[in-house]
Amino acid sequence: MRRHTLLVNALLILTAGLTLFPLVWMVSVSLMPAGTSATYPPPLWPAHPTLANYTELWTHAGMARHLLNSLGLATVATALALTLNVAAGYAFAKLEFPGREAVAKALLAALVIPAQVAMLPLFLELKALGLVDTYAGVLVPSLAGIFSIFLVRQAALAIPHELIDAARMDGASEWTIFRRVALPLMRPMLVTLGVFAFLGSWNDFFWPLIVLNDSDRYTLPVALAALSREHVQDNELMMAGSVVTLVPVLALFLALQRHYLAGLMAGAVKG
Amino acid sequence: MTRRWLGWLYAGPALLVLAIFFVVPVLAALLLSVTDYDLYAIASIHNLRFVGLRNYADLLSNPLFWQALWNTVYFVVVGVPLSLAASLGGAVLVHSKVARFKGFFRTAYFAPSITTVVAVAVIWRYLLHTRYGLINYLLSMLHIAPIDWLGDPHWSMPAIILFAVWKNFGYNLVILLAALGTIPADLYEAAELDGAGAFAQFRHITLPGIRGTLGFVGLLTMAGYFQLFAEPYVMTQGGPAQSTLSVLYLLYDEGFKWWNLGRASAVAFVLFLLMYATALLQHRWTREHRP
Repeated sequence: MRRHTLLVNALLILTAGLTLFPLVWMVSVSLMPAGTSATYPPPLWPAHPTLANYTELWTHAGMARHLLNSLGLATVATALALTLNVAAGYAFAKLEFPGREAVAKALLAALVIPAQVAMLPLFLELKALGLVDTYAGVLVPSLAGIFSIFLVRQAALAIPHELIDAARMDGASEWTIFRRVALPLMRPMLVTLGVFAFLGSWNDFFWPLIVLNDSDRYTLPVALAALSREHVQDNELMMAGSVVTLVPVLALFLALQRHYLAGLMAGAVKG
Repeated sequence: MTRRWLGWLYAGPALLVLAIFFVVPVLAALLLSVTDYDLYAIASIHNLRFVGLRNYADLLSNPLFWQALWNTVYFVVVGVPLSLAASLGGAVLVHSKVARFKGFFRTAYFAPSITTVVAVAVIWRYLLHTRYGLINYLLSMLHIAPIDWLGDPHWSMPAIILFAVWKNFGYNLVILLAALGTIPADLYEAAELDGAGAFAQFRHITLPGIRGTLGFVGLLTMAGYFQLFAEPYVMTQGGPAQSTLSVLYLLYDEGFKWWNLGRASAVAFVLFLLMYATALLQHRWTREHRP
């Protein structure tokens, strides 16, 4: 039995090493002076740690600008996505309206269509609207999501009808019921959804790559990909760029992981 | 506003956005795929012609399309089972009664799955470097000659699969972990009393207990893997010798590099059909193998 315990925990530690090592090493290499990581065997630790790569990113690659672009876009995308999807999901669960079941069925059927199918005409549509190469153009596909609407609907269905009927009996308006009764009860799911929306926007690559031309408006992933094609040999600089791209999302995840993972696990078992 | 229509006020904005930026483009894609929409049509819509199914026929006779299709199927058929097996193994480990610090391990395993593909692909490009890469260094300790991971057409896809398994390990693990938690503990106790070994318990209790979730996770992973793009874009640019050119990469090149939007739309629908057919097959398989 003791050997079994030892084996399981050793394997757990080994696996954690495998998942975390690339991320830890990324930080280490980002602190190495330019050119010093391209040696054999590869160095694990910087002999002379330096922040030169970060200064280079800030002064020459305009990384601060890309960081602000990503932060701004992800924040606005999260706020808009939460507003639109939560209102819609709640309506599908708790408000009777003409055509509700038919629309829900159509949405469910549309769930199987991958986003890429829409992207070519969407590009032409945004071109006609003058939204190509704008921040608004980047935001468009992440505004409303069918999957998110159903996630909210699922959470809203769990709210007891009696609770809402009682509030109506007391003369509360529908808006008050939504704000004061429903939203607080759906809070755990809203955190999950919010993190989901933020990560989705932050990590998105395909669409911003298509819709943005001016490098001033590039988000971090697009800027990093462009940088990596220019600086194939500059490992240390590229690692610093990866650190800048990953630290904000890793921090967000660590801060909210308890809620986020719980929401993910709860959703998975039901689904 | 009467109560009867209030729901539309709540659902309306999201539905309007979906209609304008999703439903209309999807329908337009269907139309686009039967036209020769290209750079000339962008300049003036009068150059647009209806070509019927020619884009689809061209695609089927284009060796590059078959190469992209083969690469994508290779990535999905090898990558998805490997990914699921790794995540399931990890989930069983974390779920084990004797495992310590479960919360820490869960977080440590999940971390790669929230990272930006482009950023971690940059790290892996360095890990996989032929001369200075850590992976080849570790292999050299086992007396294995250096492998040109991203430069040899035979190794480029395995390298990308390795990267994808690492990246998606934790996400599926957390979902499977939740499913493992729903299996009643007394089932295992009864099996132990009957003298069933660890492997028998896994086969007859664990696997049937998480079958539904495993199917769901498989479906999600498959849908994600069919959309392979950022990994080859950063790590190999589709090469070497087109060995990592995916269907989505082909769509990107056709559509946004050569501006053949008609032909690219045909690629989009082929990808959609492929994903849909695979999902149906998988669904049927899961149903038929229900205990």
